[in-house]
Amino acid sequence: MTQMFPLTLDQVLVRRRGKAVIGPTNLVLQPDGPTIIIGPNGSGKTTLLRVMHGIERVTSGTVAWQHNDPSQHAFVFQSPIVLRRSVYENLAYPLRLIQTPKPEVAQAVDHWLERIGLADMRHSPALRLSGGERQKLAIARALIRKPQVLFLDEPCANLDGHATREIEALLQEATAAGTRLVMSTHDMGQARRLAQELVFMLGGKVHDVGDAETLFTSPANKELSAFLRGDIVT
Amino acid sequence: MLQTFFEQTGHPELVILSAQWTLDIDWLLYFTRKDRIVFVPQQSKCTASMIEILEGLKAAFWLVITFDAELWEISLRSLRVTLTALLIASAIAIPLGTYLAVQRFRFRRFVISLINALMGLPPVVVGLVVYILLSRTGPFGVLDLLFTPTAMIIAQVIIITPVIASIAHQSMRELWAEYHDLLISLNTSKRQRILTLIWDGRRNLLTAALAGFGRAIGEVGAIMIVGGNIDHVTRVLTTAIALETGKGDFALALGLGFVLIGLAILVNLAIHTLSQTEREGRW
Repeated sequence: MTQMFPLTLDQVLVRRRGKAVIGPTNLVLQPDGPTIIIGPNGSGKTTLLRVMHGIERVTSGTVAWQHNDPSQHAFVFQSPIVLRRSVYENLAYPLRLIQTPKPEVAQAVDHWLERIGLADMRHSPALRLSGGERQKLAIARALIRKPQVLFLDEPCANLDGHATREIEALLQEATAAGTRLVMSTHDMGQARRLAQELVFMLGGKVHDVGDAETLFTSPANKELSAFLRGDIVT
Repeated sequence: MLQTFFEQTGHPELVILSAQWTLDIDWLLYFTRKDRIVFVPQQSKCTASMIEILEGLKAAFWLVITFDAELWEISLRSLRVTLTALLIASAIAIPLGTYLAVQRFRFRRFVISLINALMGLPPVVVGLVVYILLSRTGPFGVLDLLFTPTAMIIAQVIIITPVIASIAHQSMRELWAEYHDLLISLNTSKRQRILTLIWDGRRNLLTAALAGFGRAIGEVGAIMIVGGNIDHVTRVLTTAIALETGKGDFALALGLGFVLIGLAILVNLAIHTLSQTEREGRW
């Protein structure tokens, strides 16, 4: 498998209706992760993730992978998008897109249905699932193709502790299986639990980036320090 | 004279008792029936209409339960022409509506506006244009299709394709807004996106198709022109109703009308049942 990282964002600028949403900003992501992106609302976390994934066009600047293979990316959105199909068909969908043989599809889907605890609901419409179940389904659907990199945009927003714990377990397993995670979150506890690398966004720019433990224990500047304390930072 | 009037209207058992009738038939009718005096004060038109409707129902009932050969022939031809037109129109309109939802191109808005405008295409004009195209001196005259069911299908396809495409586009646009990020992030091809939207939006597309079916099965202007309402060849329920109305046989016309409505309801129910749109718990 060809190594996709490092990912280099050079002077990336995204404008919408004449207003800069992010940038110009720089960031380099190395193969080691997970990377957790934190920052106040409107700081550009979601746009940064979308730019890296390639679903948001940049106004200027470059996004360069060592070796880019879009089929090796996956994205989990803050509000999980579920297809108007059964739970089983939602999981099978990404595999069918790449013409995976039927027995392999069935095997992979069965494995993930068991893993996320939705085996009993395999034929139920996915839209009937609860928020936590939908998010687990979305993560499993993203992971079923064994991507090299998984982007997650606040996957545990609005979920309770139990669902959050289940999702974090899934993400830790994915990391152990070799998937590089890049995730945004508002939950500092979650950031501490999962992050190896921390990116702090402020005002549409990457304000700080570095080893998570170092930044959590001794923040490099007062804005990050204030944000980690829970102060309002703009 | 009055007795003669009732005999002519098909009610010889009715006898006029009051001379007031001669003054104003619209306001007052007094007559007897089987030894009883029946007063039908005012709104004689309404009473007459009710009689026509009841006669129509009776006619429809007898036509159906006696398996009237001509009725079945006309009904089956109606269904064949309409369903064929529906299949062809759906095959064009559904991918077109979905394509317009997912693809951005220069004249997209114009195309959408044009399709929406064509929803109100006057059937008589469509009939006239198809007639000219298929007539012996027309560009497709050599195909000898005028006054055949094929000509009727062509006219119906032209009429209902914009209807189905417009409704399909509307629902596919909403579904595309819902699926956009996911399908882009999964790196799907244009074809895969269109197929996914069609499959997942099939219930809405069914509604679009049924709207087209409703328009086609009740259409009379265009198919009268291009089909010619030829007995045993191009006569369908709507043209037969027009013919019977022209002949003054309102009961039979109404009977055929009720059969047409029944047929439309049956086809709708059958399509919903077969496509299992209301099946609980599964998709």
